[in-house]
This record gives sequence, C-alpha cells and structure tokens, in this order.
Amino acid sequence: MSMEIIIKPKNKWWQLDLNEIWQFRDLFYFFTWRDLKVKYKQTAIGALWAIFQPFVTMVVFTIFFGRLAQMPSDGIPYPIFVYTGLIFWTLFSSGLTHASNTFMENEKIVTKVYFPRIILPISSIITNIVDFLIASIILVGMMIFYHYIPSLLGLVFFPLLIIMTIFSTLGIGLLFGSLNVKYRDVRFVLPFFIQLLIFITPVIYPVSIVSEKFRWILGLNPMAGVIDTARVVILGVGQINWLLLEVSTISMLVYCFLGYFYFKKVERYFADII
Amino acid sequence: MVYKVVTFDFTDFKDFKDFKNFMSAIIEVKNLGKKYNIGERQGYIALRDVLANIFKSPFSWFGSKVKTALGKTEDNEFWALKDVNFTVEKGEVLGIIGRNGAGKSTLLKILSQITPPTTGEIKLRGRVGSLLEVGTGFHPELTGRENIFLNGAILGMRKKEIEKKFDEIVEFSGIEKFLDTPVKRYSSGMYVRLAFAVAAHLEPDILIIDEVLAVGDIEFQKKCLSKMGDVTKKEGRTVLFVSHNLAATKSLCKKTILLDGGRIIKYGPTDEVISYYLNQQDKKLNNAEYHHKELSNDAKNIEVCLLSARLLNKEGLVCSEFGSVDEVFVSIDFEIKKEVDGFLVDFYILNEENVVVFSSSDNDRNQFTGKKRMPGKYIDVCKIPGNLLNVGKYFITIGGRTPNVKQYFVATDSLMFQIKSNGGPTSVEARTSVICPDLDWEIKLIK
Repeated sequence: MSMEIIIKPKNKWWQLDLNEIWQFRDLFYFFTWRDLKVKYKQTAIGALWAIFQPFVTMVVFTIFFGRLAQMPSDGIPYPIFVYTGLIFWTLFSSGLTHASNTFMENEKIVTKVYFPRIILPISSIITNIVDFLIASIILVGMMIFYHYIPSLLGLVFFPLLIIMTIFSTLGIGLLFGSLNVKYRDVRFVLPFFIQLLIFITPVIYPVSIVSEKFRWILGLNPMAGVIDTARVVILGVGQINWLLLEVSTISMLVYCFLGYFYFKKVERYFADII
Repeated sequence: MVYKVVTFDFTDFKDFKDFKNFMSAIIEVKNLGKKYNIGERQGYIALRDVLANIFKSPFSWFGSKVKTALGKTEDNEFWALKDVNFTVEKGEVLGIIGRNGAGKSTLLKILSQITPPTTGEIKLRGRVGSLLEVGTGFHPELTGRENIFLNGAILGMRKKEIEKKFDEIVEFSGIEKFLDTPVKRYSSGMYVRLAFAVAAHLEPDILIIDEVLAVGDIEFQKKCLSKMGDVTKKEGRTVLFVSHNLAATKSLCKKTILLDGGRIIKYGPTDEVISYYLNQQDKKLNNAEYHHKELSNDAKNIEVCLLSARLLNKEGLVCSEFGSVDEVFVSIDFEIKKEVDGFLVDFYILNEENVVVFSSSDNDRNQFTGKKRMPGKYIDVCKIPGNLLNVGKYFITIGGRTPNVKQYFVATDSLMFQIKSNGGPTSVEARTSVICPDLDWEIKLIK
C-alpha cells in the first residue's frame, strides 16, 4: 500500500498533480491515437488530408488576397508568406476548436471514469501538432522552390514558436472548454468567434499595415506575435518586432492562467453539469 | 487528488490493535454527503442569460452570489447522500443495495472521483479501478483490437499491461474472429462480451462495480460472476459491488450496506441486510391506513378536506392482506365545511404494472349530480366484492371533486394492499389477467 488517495469536497486550484498525470501518461497517447485514427479513417484520402487542407487554403488565399486584392506581403512571394502564417494559424484555430469541444465530445467517458481531465484538451492539441508537422513538409518544399534558407535563429525559434502556440491554444481552450460544459450556448458562438479571429491575426496581411505606434496592440492576440516572428525567422526577411513578441508572450501567460484557473474551479463538477 | 507515500510514526498508535486497524482499512469514509441543487442537472444554462442578468441587475446578482457563499439558499437543495460512514478492510467484498434513487450510484461516483462530495472525507489506500458501465469509451469506428487498448487505457491500465493480457482478454470475450472488425458492426452481445472481458482483467487494489451484470446473456453473466468470484477470493482484491441482483450480491459479498434516502440504514452480514431489506419492502407495500396532511395554509380554508382512509376486512378490522374470495372495504373519512354542489369522492385501483384496474365513486348511482351536499363529517365505505381482483399488489389513489369544476383533493397511492389466493379461480391455476372474476358457467351434457 504505497499510495493514499484522499477525496475531499474542495481541491486547491493550484494543485496540478503532475505525479498523477504521469500515472495516466498512456492516455495522452491513446486519445491522440484514437482521434488521428478516426479522423483519417473517415476521409477517403487519409493522412493526405493534413496536407491537402492548408495547401488548398493557401492557393485560394493567394488568388483572392494576393492577386485580386493585391495585399502587401513585405516583399515576400505571397504564397509562402500566407502559408507560413496559415500553418501556425491552423494549429491554433483547430486546436482551439477541438480543445473547446473535447469535454462535451467525451461526455460518456467524463461521466463514467476518472482521470485527470486536463489530458483531454492536451491530447486534442497533440493531434493537431501531428497535422502541423505534416503540413510543414509543404513549407519546406516551398522554401526550396522560392530559395529561402532558414537562418540558425530560425531553427532555434521554430520550436519555441510552436510551444507558444500550444500554450496559447491550451489556455484559451481550457477557458472555452470549461465554459462550454457549463453554458450550453457557448458552442454556437465558438466557431463564429474563431472564424472572426483570423481577421485580427496577421495571416493574410503583414503586421506592417498597422501603423507602428499601434502595432503592439495586435499582441493582445498571442498568435500575432507568433506569426510575425515566424515569418522573420523562417524566411529571414526583416527584423523581429520584439515589443509585439513581448506583449504576445505576456498575453499568452495571462490566457493560460485564466484558462487554467477557471478549468480547475469547475473541473471536478463536470460530471454533474455536463 | 493527492498521492503520497504513507509515512507513519509508530508512536501514534496506542496499542497493536489500533495499528492493525490502521493497516487493514483500505477504504475509510467519514461523514460523506453530497448535495445537488434541483434543476442543476437538467438545467439549460445559457451564458447569454447569465451575462444579461449581471448587466441588468448587478446588485441582486452579487447578493445571490453572497448568499450562495454563505450557504443560505436552501430552497431547492437535495441531499443525495448524507452522513455516510463506513470502512472496508483489505480483501473485503462489500455489497451495496437499495432502491432506485437511494444514493448507490452517487456513492460510487464519489468513490471513483467522478464527482466531488459536498461534505466529509474519503481515504483510499490503493489504486482504484471503477467500472460504472461496460465499454466506456468504446469507439464505433475502431476495431475490436483497437478498442481493447483504448478501453483498457481509459480504465487505468498501462499499455504494457494490456499487451501482456491481450490474448487472455480476447479468449475470455470469445470474439477472436471479429477482432479486426469495427465494433459498430458488432451485435450488442458481442459488444458487451468484449467490454466486460477488458474490465474483468483490470487489476486495481480497489475495484468499484456498478450494476454491470444487468447486461449480456445469462450464460455470459455466469461466466463474469465466476470470474469475479475468482478475483475476490484468490487474489484478495477489495471490491465494492452494487447490484439489483440480490442472489449475486449474496454469493459474492460477506458484508452489505443498505442505503435509503441517501443514508446507511443497515450495515452488516449480507444475509441479515438482505432479509431486512426484503422485509422493509413488504412493510412499505402494506399500507392499510392513511392520514391526510394538508400541504399549506391556504389548503385548509377550502370547502372540503380529506381526513383519512383505511382498508377493512369483513370483520371491520384494518387489514392490508386479503384472500382472493374475500371482500375488501375501502373506507374514506372526509369533511365538508361549506355546502358544495355536485361533490363526489372517488378512488382508482392500480396494479403493480400501473394499470388502472377500475375506478369507482360515491356518485356512481348518480344521486348527487347537480345537488348540494351538506356540511359535516362523512365516512364513505365502498365494498369491493371477492373473486374480482387477481392475486397481486394494488395501490389506491383517492380523490374528491366536482366533475368539470374543481378537484378538491388527491391522495396518490395512499393505500396499498395485497391479494393472496385462498380459493376461487386462482386456486385452480394462476391467472395472468388483470382481474380474475368468478363467473357462472351453465354446463349441459347434450349427448
């Protein structure tokens, strides 16, 4: 008898039991594995879907925003400009969508079995990282095609930017996911909200179209800092906007804290209110 | 949830017995209570409405928050569990029985950490595996093989553990042929077999099982029961077992808890608790007398009220068990305070399947329709003839009303009684009909 579990009415919100999450570590793998398997079993082209989707979006954006609307792109060819933004944006937006719905989608499991609930949103984000990595292959292809050589700085920053995206997604996803369990109308608002979010994120336009004085405000959206920096370090054009990146990092931390705090507050009651 | 290594100081224990108790209690439940706010579960709470309320009247919203924090809203509370205390020793198999809504499932949900308690504390000394449903997390698109892994992991097994037991699980389930078929193509029987096979190979220190044997065919149920018997007897696992199957409870559990209304009302050797439970159920059924309670003040001011009702046998004694050939007398006391037009008293008799066998009123001969009924206290007695009701249990609902004008009182299932065969048609052979009248037959020999 080496372990003792104490069940009490209230848990402290700051008690993130890493030990316990470690005990259940196989679940990360199995939830991710299940989601990937089911997703690719249901589409005819399987895993190619992960490449197909951002590629087609890139083509459409290039035609409409790049060619027809003549959107500026800081001198970078528009296809690679928009694609760099898109893969990070897709990682964020579909991760957020899945993380926000994961408790509802796994309602049957949540009401019948115990495991640290935070495993669910994290697994759904991991699923999207797999898609992201597959989609990155195209980026590499485009870099070769347009003769862009990543800088050393880029190789260092790339994983950091992925981590930043993951934490932004997790923070906001935890908040929305918990609200979604408690309030039944959240799920109708979410897709609409995420759709709108792309327009306040510099995916189809460069940060430079906003006047320098107000550029940092974009940083309240953590993805603004991520995408702007990604373009600089991967394509080696321009300078990192440090102020924007700092504001984005701080807002990412704030969202993480808020999301985690609210999640911890309602987590144990999921089975009662779901 | 906190995992920690139990460190203890031997000086904490007064004597060896104290120490032994400490070591052997694997589950300790103290003052456990769980409160639900009625309507919370089904409630459709929209964020839109909540936000609108906050903006419309921020002060009353704040006030209600303060009240909740001080624990002052008691209007729609419901305690699903209250003051529950028990300990389970290592290797013990504890049964939990009780009617629907007695709190069994809530208790198991708290023990398996799916929902938190409102009061009290539980100590669990060991790894907990709970089985509140078979096939939790099965995904219809995945194959049997894939679902074994997924389901096993959700129930708390490590990947290596599942790999090690994979063949055993497949053999137990008996679905080798369909291992690579998506489970959406399985029959419900195959589905349950596979699900239970995974669950049966869980190896936690404490296993919590809720009514999972209710599914599946009888042969497979037997297989599961014997597997569970093995698990508990040979491997010395601690098990909490909820079942409506009293025979299964009897054969598996030495001790049993009887829950009713969220409280433990009996705790002891299984045989004693089960016979107490069955007795109590019978008592509840035989309710030969009823005294009406007025619900609120304004109800007292009405023109008529029900006082009491009882069931009598032909000797005039209060009784709840009647022979099938005997008459049953339903006696209803009521008071008319003011003159009322066209008032009548009636009752419905329902059988165990909730079928209305018949209804009858004191105006069935039409003597009161459109007439005034004078104030005073009344006793109405209705005779139900013998050889009419079939053998079984019956419930009576009493009402008082002026048809199409007003219902003055209703007492739902206020009286209950039982008919046992003591002659007549039912003594020849049991009948499946709703009623069982003794009818005249004229029998002629023609040739």
